[in-house]
Amino acid sequence: MGYVAVQGGITAIENSQKLNRYRRLQGQSAPLSVNQIMEQMGPLVDRVMSEGGLYSPFHAALAIKQASGDPIEASFLLRAYRSTLRRLVDSLPVRNGEMRILRRISSAFKTIPGGQVLGSTSDYEQRILDFSLAEETAEVQQEAVREFEAGLDNAADPLKPAHFRKVVDMLRDQKLVPPVPPASSAEPTDITQESATFPLDRSGRLQMLARAETGGVLALAYSSMRGYGSIHPTVGELRVGRVSVQIPHPWRKGAAVTLGSVSLTEVEIVASFQRAEGEEKPTFTLGYGSCFGHNEVKAISLGVLDRTMRSPTPHAPAEDQEFVLLHTDGVEASGFCSHFKLPHYVTFQADLDRLRAQRGAEE
Amino acid sequence: MTLKELLPQGKGFRYNFAFIDEGVKKEVRRALLKAVALPGHQVPFASPELPIARGWGTGGLQVTMSLIGPKDVLKIIDQGCDGSVNAVNLRKLLVATTGVRTTFDSREATLLQSRHRLPEVPLRSDQIAVLQVPLPEPLRLVEPSEVETRRMHSEGDYARMWVSLYEDVVQNGSISLTSGYPCRVHDSYIMSPSPLPRWDLPLLHDAEHLTLLGAGREKRVYAVPPHTSVQPLEFDDMPFTVENFFGMCCARCGSSGTFLDEIYDETTGQASRVCSDSGFCDLVREGAIPRRGRLAHG
Repeated sequence: MGYVAVQGGITAIENSQKLNRYRRLQGQSAPLSVNQIMEQMGPLVDRVMSEGGLYSPFHAALAIKQASGDPIEASFLLRAYRSTLRRLVDSLPVRNGEMRILRRISSAFKTIPGGQVLGSTSDYEQRILDFSLAEETAEVQQEAVREFEAGLDNAADPLKPAHFRKVVDMLRDQKLVPPVPPASSAEPTDITQESATFPLDRSGRLQMLARAETGGVLALAYSSMRGYGSIHPTVGELRVGRVSVQIPHPWRKGAAVTLGSVSLTEVEIVASFQRAEGEEKPTFTLGYGSCFGHNEVKAISLGVLDRTMRSPTPHAPAEDQEFVLLHTDGVEASGFCSHFKLPHYVTFQADLDRLRAQRGAEE
Repeated sequence: MTLKELLPQGKGFRYNFAFIDEGVKKEVRRALLKAVALPGHQVPFASPELPIARGWGTGGLQVTMSLIGPKDVLKIIDQGCDGSVNAVNLRKLLVATTGVRTTFDSREATLLQSRHRLPEVPLRSDQIAVLQVPLPEPLRLVEPSEVETRRMHSEGDYARMWVSLYEDVVQNGSISLTSGYPCRVHDSYIMSPSPLPRWDLPLLHDAEHLTLLGAGREKRVYAVPPHTSVQPLEFDDMPFTVENFFGMCCARCGSSGTFLDEIYDETTGQASRVCSDSGFCDLVREGAIPRRGRLAHG
């Protein structure tokens, strides 16, 4: 038998797995239910769905429970599960102009058609640690819900599609932003079906960004915001809400079937103006970011990076497609990072051999 | 096609043979055929996520999963050892999803997946070696951009690689590259040989067996077909050398002329050497194969 004892190896692995489970449960508090995670840890569930590339709050919450709340580990579980699922059909492009709005703001204009909707956000809260939450009881919870719902205006239906006009469309009418490029008849790239080759088209870039790790895209977008390839961004519009997902009707040509809806965060970044090639007058430039769920920091970062990666004269890290896209996938990056814990006895022996040879030659 | 066919089959639902579905296997095999036709050329493939972490052998695993059949005999090693934690883990996954027979004796294996070592006993033409690769691009050493390295390969523009080796010699007296030493394959592409130690490169050259290399995270496969030349980059007056184990032998089986790992006694701190290829070492101790008495090569 192998002398890095195989039996020992198997037992050690199994014991390590048992210990990991024990560590999650040893405190003896009531087990977290998947429902609790889905309902009370929305931003985490959304982040895992986005980075895992699978829209399923239940599976995301389950992964979070299994990963003891580690978002990268949970995203990895979700992606590994996702790759066992059969792809049934491609959906039609979602109509984001008909988003059922939960939150919609613009930092470009004080008032916008359709109105600013603050919705749910922690943006305007004072970040004072709320000790009353430590004592939160079911009664307190029910009372808070009752009180809030009693104050609602029942005439308003928040889930009604808004049919609003997007801020960028207003700017487009005034020719202040570039026209929408003609729709391409080419099939969009699918980053889950083929490996990305560079330069990657925009559909592939936006897909990779949508699955990217929040911290990773934030760091690179922030590097641009601080000055490494600054684009002077303004949040033209940020939307959070639900959009319907439709597929082509199986036999009725031109008709669509609605399968359900997903929640999205979308951002249009209006950035520094440029004179496009062959154009007489300058326009603002645009960046677009979109991800599953409610994750504004990620969506804004994606909008900034979508724009930086289209800089006509790239020089900063955030303007380099390969740099941005190949280094922000949390599942890939964390996998490679942790692989350094694997035995490197042979490769390190090869290093030692060379180093000793070169030192021997010196001495 | 009915909805029933499309959906997982309720209670009885099981994963496909060798876990990944047949469509993915086909795609990997197509990429492998291209890789065999263009020795040393990196062929992109989709590389979906597996239940094993990126960087932990997902490339080699997908190659193995695409090739394995019920009658295969499988050997999985990690840095030479069958018992290493990750080898144990990958073996467990493959056995659970295929039910194939496994072995520690490299001579019995039809399919051998390895991280960074080839067995000391050269493989035969009826065996396939699958190597896990972390970083498939040898030119990454001199050029970070994928667009640029692909151009360099397609134009055979390896000048910067040669210059970097020359500068290394000037600054350090010899070439500092250790494992994964760049090789010219079939007089054409420069390839990163997994990171095998330099010791194993002669085992790749003009070999009887097929070697397939899979990089899952980087989404590339490449191959060294049997009887293909694999030439480590060298200068006429600065020949390639393998690791120097002169005067050392394995503390377990007494062999010299194998790749030796340096180990330190847990209590005394005394250094000794043991064969990196645990399967080989065990067979020598059992008397199944003769002790190796002198340098096999190098």
